[in-house]
Amino acid sequence: MIADDSLRELYQEVILDHSRHPRHFGPLEHATHNGEGHNPLCGDRINVHLVLDGAGKIADIKFEGRGCAISQASASLMTEMLAGRTVGEAERLMDGFLRLVKGEDASDLSEDDRERLDVMAGVSAFPMRVKCATLAWHTMKSALQGGGSAKTE
Amino acid sequence: MSFIPPIGDFPILSREVNGRRLAYLDSAASAQKPKAVLDAMTEFATTEFANVHRGVHTLAAAATGRYEAARARVARFLNAKHTDEIIFTRGGTEALNLVSYSFLSPRISAGDEIVVTKMEHHSNIVPWHFMRERKRAVLRWVEVRDDGSMNPSAFQAAITPKTKLVAVTHMSNVLGTVNPLKEIVAHAHAKNVPVVVDGCQGAVHEKVDVQDLDADFYAFTGHKLYGPTGIGALYGKRAHLKGMRPFNGGGEMIQEVTEARITYADPPHRFEAGTPPIIEAVGLAAAIDYVEGLGRAIVKEHELAIYAYAREALRQFNWLRVIGEAPSKGAILSFHAEGMHAHDLATILDREGVAVRAGHHCAQVLMERFDVASTTRASFALYSTREDVDCLIAGLDKARKILAA
Repeated sequence: MIADDSLRELYQEVILDHSRHPRHFGPLEHATHNGEGHNPLCGDRINVHLVLDGAGKIADIKFEGRGCAISQASASLMTEMLAGRTVGEAERLMDGFLRLVKGEDASDLSEDDRERLDVMAGVSAFPMRVKCATLAWHTMKSALQGGGSAKTE
Repeated sequence: MSFIPPIGDFPILSREVNGRRLAYLDSAASAQKPKAVLDAMTEFATTEFANVHRGVHTLAAAATGRYEAARARVARFLNAKHTDEIIFTRGGTEALNLVSYSFLSPRISAGDEIVVTKMEHHSNIVPWHFMRERKRAVLRWVEVRDDGSMNPSAFQAAITPKTKLVAVTHMSNVLGTVNPLKEIVAHAHAKNVPVVVDGCQGAVHEKVDVQDLDADFYAFTGHKLYGPTGIGALYGKRAHLKGMRPFNGGGEMIQEVTEARITYADPPHRFEAGTPPIIEAVGLAAAIDYVEGLGRAIVKEHELAIYAYAREALRQFNWLRVIGEAPSKGAILSFHAEGMHAHDLATILDREGVAVRAGHHCAQVLMERFDVASTTRASFALYSTREDVDCLIAGLDKARKILAA
């Protein structure tokens, strides 16, 4: 139905599913870390919350906010993938993701991670939309580094 | 008599985008440039260019002549009484900041009020917020009706004995609303309050007569008027300008500089520190010649006809809400799509060769008023066609199929 391949790649079913039915969406009581992200270009906002347990693992993770399909799907996918990881693992994944959406090398990620993140790789063909995809991840990084706010520019 | 959009005058419109015919519907952000403007700048830069108001050589004299002729051209365009009431700026934003810094700042103190509407672009909000931050002035917001229109008597109510300035747009960059400036100015002047008008959209689509409006200041930019970027103009009443302190300091704006003191040049040069946008001034004059040559009334009629065609076509989509349906409005069409984000829409439209603006349009106060994070905006210009609208409609249909399937 979608004639344009790059569009089909960008708005593939997995992305649309995540954006319509975001996972881990909502507030989180007893969060140990919070982050607030803002994309000044479009006015979109996102809040991320997480609970780090005594072993430095992400025991619970949620996000709130509104935005485009790309930013919502990316946030949803991120929460799914980060849950249960240690801070160190989370940071490696986030760095890899930020490279992947810019079309840079992300071969250091595990094959499984790369496969799951591959749905977001289509964004690299749309430079104006990379910030939509990275907002949640930047926000999560700032939350893990002690909170505060993140901006895409 | 029907107007045929002179598409051939705009070289960029013949290019393709993503393999499709370009439908450029983002002229409210910046208009494309006709060949006449590009040629005028090239001709000037290749035959008569030098710095202005400095050397005595032939080219300096020629360039100064062209630069001052451009000022006179702008004065005629706005029907200013005097050419020295026109100050060249970098754009509309700098013009409004100049009013804030040079005119309002010395006149305003803690608790004084500035009346501003909720439909302003950030460039006509932030300079007044500066006065709130720096002078503890108070911003008084004039409400916008649900249809995007403004009630002139709301200004009457907002103006108090503490009001030092009314700031209002001629035409909203999101809603397209054309405000009843004459009434607004009359209300304000009845209470001895000066009015500054943001004409960045208004000067493009509406005839402007600053004497008839009796506005104290009128700011506009060149690039939305089919002219170059980097130049705009501020009209200010001579009596105001004479009493205003300079904005920037540097060359050209002084009368005399000694170790102990400085005296300033008379307006308008007092407000044009440094080398001004000379080539751009020539381009702006050429742009004004171009649009007036086509006939402003017939161009406006054409734009409104395209707008009406688009507005009617959008009715087939019950998932779209048009924002801004004031009885008096220009050719700007903003809408909010249920369940679809403006940036997703704009990306899909772009693949169809359709350029629209998506976002908050530098009007976040207005977005909040209408309870949306962003809108998609199609804006029409003298070169817009029904075919452009057809591409927009087809693109929207496709976007809906992709995003809301």
